[in-house]
Amino acid sequence: MPHDHSDHDHPHALLPSDPALRVKALETILTQKGLVDPAALDAIIDTYENKVGPRNGAHVIARAWSDPAFHAALKDDATATVADMGYYGRQGEHLVVVENTAEVHNMVVCTLCSCYPWPLLGIPPGWYKSDAYRARAVREPRAVLADFGVTLPEGTAVRVWDSTAEVRYLVVPMRPDGTEGWSEEALMDLVTRDSMIGTGLAMVPA
Amino acid sequence: MTGAPEPVFQEPWHAQVFALTVHLNETGHFVWPDWAARFGATLKRHGVAKELNGGDDYFNAWLETLESYLAQTGVAQASAVETMRAAWERAYLRTAHGDPVTLDDALEP
Repeated sequence: MPHDHSDHDHPHALLPSDPALRVKALETILTQKGLVDPAALDAIIDTYENKVGPRNGAHVIARAWSDPAFHAALKDDATATVADMGYYGRQGEHLVVVENTAEVHNMVVCTLCSCYPWPLLGIPPGWYKSDAYRARAVREPRAVLADFGVTLPEGTAVRVWDSTAEVRYLVVPMRPDGTEGWSEEALMDLVTRDSMIGTGLAMVPA
Repeated sequence: MTGAPEPVFQEPWHAQVFALTVHLNETGHFVWPDWAARFGATLKRHGVAKELNGGDDYFNAWLETLESYLAQTGVAQASAVETMRAAWERAYLRTAHGDPVTLDDALEP
């Protein structure tokens, strides 16, 4: 059993998993053909691991809560409005905002694969990519919300939006009570990733 | 589903295959809607036998989609990928733990 070592004494480098070796093989072949630049791959990974994430989306939501003119512009043309804040690029091409109210709660899924507004939220979490969420969000959204600890008033309808490679959605959560006069920075801290997917609500100030 | 922040990518190879695909898209090898359609079809096929998780299952489907696209377009044939995979496996097995792993000289460009 060449791979069955104790934890402390590997006679050779730990063998990566089969898919990891297949990815290395692809990368080597494509690099040798001059089709990929390993530095570009590192930059892409660094961007999504360290630079782009839900803080961007929270910034947009906090501004929408604070600035009525911005809010109107966001509803009118979300793609251009967030681009003006510097949030554009891969998988952000056509953005639509959907706004939660006392009457309607919006929730986003991608039943095809995992389409998601990367420039605003980063890479989707594992659960967003799972079959369980992709199937159940459409079939039984209230049960999914319950799993996330969200219970809506009976009178609130749930609308589920199915993302595609062409259209990405961003949920504008309801602004919590008790935040009148708060700064954008303070409001941002209340906006969770899940609240912008619609599987959560904005946090309520303590 | 809340609590400690989860890593963006659970495994390094998830990040690598993601980056390879994004890079090929950006350098004009395919447009993203075509990728999404192919990938969605693979997920659907894999999802018949079991309920896929959003980690290894998801990225295994992603990798299979990329391999099949590169094979179909003649960029990287399945046999060439297998030869290279086996070369990397040999390289790992013959390298002492802690040393950098490099390919056989014969396979270097």
